Amino acid sequence: MDTFLQQATNAISLGAIYALFALGYALVFSILGVLNLAHSAIFAWGALIGLIVMLNLGGSIPIALIAAIVTCGLISMALEVFAFRPLRQRNAARISQLISSIGAAIFLVSLAQIVYIRLYNNSEAAFPRAMIPADLIVIEALNIRVTLMRVIVLLIALALMVVLQLLVTRSRIGQQMRAVSFNQRIAALLGINVGRIYLFTFFLAGGLAGVAGLFYGLVFIQVDPFIGDDVALIGLTAIVLGGMGSIQGAVVGGFLVATIQTISTVLGGSDYRNAVVFLLLFLFLLFRPQGLFGQPESSRA
Amino acid sequence: MLEWLSSLGITEVVLQLMLISAIMGLSIYFTLYTGMFSLANAAFMAIGAYVGALLSTQLDQPLGVCLIAGALIAGLIAIPIGWPVLRLRDIYLAIATIGFGEIVRIFLINFDNVIAEILRNQTGERVRYELLGGARGIRTIPTYTETWHLILFVLILTFLITRLHRSRFGRAMAAIRQDEKAAANLGINVVYVKNVVFVIGAVIAGAGGVFFAHLIRNITPSMFGFDRAVDILAYAVLGGVTSWIGPIVGGLTLTGIPEILRFSQDYRGVFIGLVLLLIIVYFPGGLINPTAWRAFWQRVRRTHA
Repeated sequence: MDTFLQQATNAISLGAIYALFALGYALVFSILGVLNLAHSAIFAWGALIGLIVMLNLGGSIPIALIAAIVTCGLISMALEVFAFRPLRQRNAARISQLISSIGAAIFLVSLAQIVYIRLYNNSEAAFPRAMIPADLIVIEALNIRVTLMRVIVLLIALALMVVLQLLVTRSRIGQQMRAVSFNQRIAALLGINVGRIYLFTFFLAGGLAGVAGLFYGLVFIQVDPFIGDDVALIGLTAIVLGGMGSIQGAVVGGFLVATIQTISTVLGGSDYRNAVVFLLLFLFLLFRPQGLFGQPESSRA
Repeated sequence: MLEWLSSLGITEVVLQLMLISAIMGLSIYFTLYTGMFSLANAAFMAIGAYVGALLSTQLDQPLGVCLIAGALIAGLIAIPIGWPVLRLRDIYLAIATIGFGEIVRIFLINFDNVIAEILRNQTGERVRYELLGGARGIRTIPTYTETWHLILFVLILTFLITRLHRSRFGRAMAAIRQDEKAAANLGINVVYVKNVVFVIGAVIAGAGGVFFAHLIRNITPSMFGFDRAVDILAYAVLGGVTSWIGPIVGGLTLTGIPEILRFSQDYRGVFIGLVLLLIIVYFPGGLINPTAWRAFWQRVRRTHA
């Protein structure tokens, strides 16, 4: 029971990172109807930017956070301009947008790899442990130990999710985003600058991926340019579980995947945790592609 | 001919890898030509490679037997995978096939451990079990693959493809790509055609895997991950899938060019990524696409006139 509670606390902070990451996927999918497979590459860049700020420039965690959000948001906007917009203007098939985002993903990851090798003589690097609050918070009654960093990660992640939810449902730009997501052409007729909404959406998604990547690095310390591969399919599973394009669904999906991973690690060992997740992805795609909460696609179109 | 190639930096091994890429390009050509976006071919390549390598290392079978078994087993596995998965369309199909690839990779890595654990539970003592070699893969596979095998295989494939395109089945494939609903209304059994095409692609990918294993001697599960799936996709995208020449040219050039330009391995990903991005944005039909080139030259002439 003790280990179970301990594992559960770990699952919650991991789930927060997955949820942040999956939110970006879901945001882009809900507004554009395309899947941005380069999202995981932006995640990897979030960790890299944090590493550069903290290791090479001597910045603190808040500075790294802001740098990761801004840089990754800009990278994400560049993706929209170079990889998605030209195809959308040509009315290309959704598959072409998928292919161009795969191309962008490989490009970005390889670029990150080159930066790692230039800066650290290696494709692996570690965050400076001294700058990460590692104090253990011990809850005696439940016999749980959590590092302060994991708690901070969870709190910031939850705060960002609330802000995003308010932004989408309450603000003017959120209203415009929902209008574009509902019908791009009608939104344009109503005087909404659709191109600007797309750019803003990509900035938000990229910023979230950047934060998630930085947090992943801060929690696991050791990072490399391929950490995006670890979460790419996990994030996809999260949004498939939650229903593609549903923002709340992505959050629930992220926590759910982390829980499933943790349970299968406890029961069967860490070798199988991803196998279980992908099996779940498979089954959901086949039997309930609209996810736990979504509506069937036919009623959306 | 060979001397001229090696002066460019293309040794015989590189040429053989280029031809294997061409085979893999043809394997994804079938599904793309039918309008299905499947990224499962790297997994079928892995299945072929492992089956072939097991037969030659454990049972001393010749290449012919390995080839037939590898291709057949890849095809057999494709049947129960394709039947449920092919109901999905574009991005959903892509995600499902990526997931399938990951499951195959995890299976290959953990197979030995699982068997060892089962044996231990039965016998009660610690047993070492080594068949697939876990993450280190299978080593010292005999090098059976020769250049003429590959050239012959590509020639046979292209002959069969040209025959196929003129057949009823081939036209059904094109019809499904253009409009699935209209094709179904014309009496084409869409589900049947899609499944057969998926299996054909798997069989070719399996054969490519067998050739690959008996060329590079040492295979590991990580060779057949998402990166490989994307490489295979890139062959078809670069060449285009308007005709079978496209994936062959795409496979040959994408594997050959890094050798000719003598890139360091670090820049390979940057190169492949940019190629995918630029081709899909500016040359959506791929490079081997006569109509696109004609339009391109007309535009050039008009701007200079």
